Amino acid sequence: MLLSEMKAGQSGIISAMGGTGVLQRRIREMGFLKGTRVYVEKYAPLKDPLELIVKGYHISLRVEEAAQITVDDVKQDFL
Amino acid sequence: MHEKSITIALAGNPNSGKTTIFNNITGTRQKVGNWPGVTVEKKEGLISKYGYDLKIVDLPGTYSLTPFSIEEIIARDFVLEESPDVVIDIIDASNLERSLYLATQLREIDCRVIFALNMADVARTKGTKIDAEKLSELLDLPVVFTVGNKNEGIDTLLTKAIELAGSTAEIQQKRKVKYSKDIENAIIKLQDFIENKVKAKLAYNLRWTAIKLLENDKIVTERILLKAGDKRNDLLQEVQALRAHLMDRFNDDPEIVMTDERYGFIAGIIKKTLTSSSQNRVDISRNIDFFLTHRYLGFPVFILFIWAMFQLTFSVGAYPMEWIDRVVTLFAIGMNNLLPDSVLKELIVNGIIPGVGSVIIFLPNILILFFCIAIFEDTGYMARAAFLMDRIMHVIGLHGKSFIPMLMGFGCNVPAVVAARTLESEKDRILTILITPFMSCSAKLPIYIVLAGAFFSAKAGTVIFAVYLVGIIISVVSGRLFRTTLLKGADAPFVMELPPYRAPMISSLLIHMWDRGKIFLKKIGGVILVGSIVIWVLSAFPANIRYSLDYASEIVRVEALYEAEITAAGKSERDVIEKKKDMAIAKLIMARRAEKTEKSFMGKIGKSIAPLFAPLGIDWRGSVALLTGVVAKEIVVSSMGILYAVEKEPDALQSALVKSNMTPLSAFSMMLFVLLYLPCIATMGTIWRETGAFKWMLFSILYSTSLAWIVCFCVYQGGKIIGIN
Ligand SMILES: Nc1nc2c(ncn2[C@@H]2O[C@H](COP(=O)(O)OP(=O)(O)OP(=O)(O)O)[C@@H](O)[C@H]2O)c(=O)[nH]1
Ligand SMILES: [Mg+2]
Repeated sequence: MLLSEMKAGQSGIISAMGGTGVLQRRIREMGFLKGTRVYVEKYAPLKDPLELIVKGYHISLRVEEAAQITVDDVKQDFL
Repeated sequence: MHEKSITIALAGNPNSGKTTIFNNITGTRQKVGNWPGVTVEKKEGLISKYGYDLKIVDLPGTYSLTPFSIEEIIARDFVLEESPDVVIDIIDASNLERSLYLATQLREIDCRVIFALNMADVARTKGTKIDAEKLSELLDLPVVFTVGNKNEGIDTLLTKAIELAGSTAEIQQKRKVKYSKDIENAIIKLQDFIENKVKAKLAYNLRWTAIKLLENDKIVTERILLKAGDKRNDLLQEVQALRAHLMDRFNDDPEIVMTDERYGFIAGIIKKTLTSSSQNRVDISRNIDFFLTHRYLGFPVFILFIWAMFQLTFSVGAYPMEWIDRVVTLFAIGMNNLLPDSVLKELIVNGIIPGVGSVIIFLPNILILFFCIAIFEDTGYMARAAFLMDRIMHVIGLHGKSFIPMLMGFGCNVPAVVAARTLESEKDRILTILITPFMSCSAKLPIYIVLAGAFFSAKAGTVIFAVYLVGIIISVVSGRLFRTTLLKGADAPFVMELPPYRAPMISSLLIHMWDRGKIFLKKIGGVILVGSIVIWVLSAFPANIRYSLDYASEIVRVEALYEAEITAAGKSERDVIEKKKDMAIAKLIMARRAEKTEKSFMGKIGKSIAPLFAPLGIDWRGSVALLTGVVAKEIVVSSMGILYAVEKEPDALQSALVKSNMTPLSAFSMMLFVLLYLPCIATMGTIWRETGAFKWMLFSILYSTSLAWIVCFCVYQGGKIIGIN
């Protein structure tokens, strides 16, 4: 499943990071790694960007960027 | 005599509290705000303490030593090139894991690092506990807990930093990240190659250089290759071969593998030092965001905030404004009565007082506006505004983060243009810089208030709001236009941290507001005072002009005429005729004054540019006022105060404007012109510096001024055709 397909309130574990370039590097350095759990806090009112919680902090990404990230083990979560 | 001077750099992730600590140490008041990317320039402070001369350097925040935007490059370059004696890594203790990423990289470049575990209070309420001793032991560096905004632990931090600067101990290899075997082998091979084959003297630590080359860091590679001389190609080949080998081995870019491995190393440290009691606590920040970025409430609340900001600025500001206005009027009357007739009196009463007085009354409005913007910045709402607006900005080819400089532009365009540095893509940055001046700055506010107050009385607020709205629309449309023509390409990805909300400190808000107020007052004492004098001199000379009418004898004639009438009339009518006489004489005096300004140097200048402005409904006096506004927008009001020959009474300028041949339509046209035409000198200079190109400044001037002319032409002529006036 893609990160961009997750619903608010769900969490999943990153299984693959697609894409290359600046963005991929930056968000990896900010802690988006294989095996990391991400929680989808909410989507912005216009459905883009989305707010995520990773390693305990809040970060916002665009949907098209989230679509580069594949997640596993998606479940309803309470954080 | 001091023993020694020490340079201490403050580095760390964005928004971790570096500037707060810098201010604490140096006693300065650099700008602090609760969003990532407040500091975009390095700032230095010098103090003497404990017998040392300390140079403290506040750096912009970075997530790693691989920079993506200008302000991150500034931070890395300082640490690399200037080799500070000590680097204090300011760590957000509530965010330890991610913060350690930068820390491990700092460790690799062999500089002396000390950790400040800042925001210790936040970490505590979050329920995380950090074993500082263990952390210190694992990474072989001093660790100090601090609470920046309460000034806790800063002294300890400073003494430890000084102590560290004096130590000579080598950093143990085992405290650094150890990569997997293949990567370590590649590093060693490359180190060997550089040492034995290239033999260049390198500026940086050898191991770190090798790592950066393997990571394909563009800037560092470029610098190393420059030093390699004729071995340049050999080195490049070696690096490429090693990278290809690693790529083959891991099926991924080496830099990505290394990032993963650094986080692996960090995970080990976290496991040994961090304990979090995972009881569910109420996260206030998330509760606030439930409303402020809510699906349906988010935008209405956002618009409400912006509306409230302007409402406060205008309505609350109106009261103190009236008081200041009264004082200015009293002062003018007093001076008029006290001073003996002379040129000096003329200068003071007709030049300086109306010129300076008409601007100074806006101090309250400007203070309130900056106070409101400071609230957005200090609470953390700025980042949410960018989050909400990103989708809309994206449609016009821009970036959510561009919205932050734009919002700041309502205050002052100079810091707003600089704030665009946080945008990673050069094109995004230039685009943002070009459209920011259309966000109407606080210096233009007085002009709107004067014009709208004079011609739209009850609807003044709505009209001013419309002007701001036009500014926003124009900036959006221009942005779209530039994106499809001059600055083609997609906008950079939007990655932004959303910091927790923090209660703003009232003292910091007041200080922020007062600092802006001081800038405003300094402007009044400087450029506006000088401008007023120049404008008055130009409008009062030449002194002996030939009038179209001999006013003196005309006054005598009119007086005699009425006197005769008075004696002839019956008692009851005398008062009425007396009044008529006074009015007739006052009219003549006004006419003389008007003719005098018209035939002055200023009048000549005005008359020569007036044809350009006539189609916009702006007369020669308005044209001159606009011309003077290039220096600073506030001067437009000063000029109008002098040129429209203001009486000494409250709201004098407004009533004088109504009496002139200006109409609501031409007033609206002039407001639009003020909104759109070229920015003030300070902003132009900043645009030049920040874009690094004269041509962009020139473009900005030409674009905005011609746009202003076209828009005002359409509005004024169109308005006339459909019969509004
Ligand atoms: N609760 C708490 N807040 C803090 C502490 N230190 C700083 N702050 C707040 O954190 C926010 C960020 O502080 P800054 O000093 O601007 O951070 P910075 O690291 O300079 O940020 P950039 O310049 O954007 O990289 C401000 O709102 C400060 O008031 C602390 O120890 N505890
Ligand atoms: Mg800062």
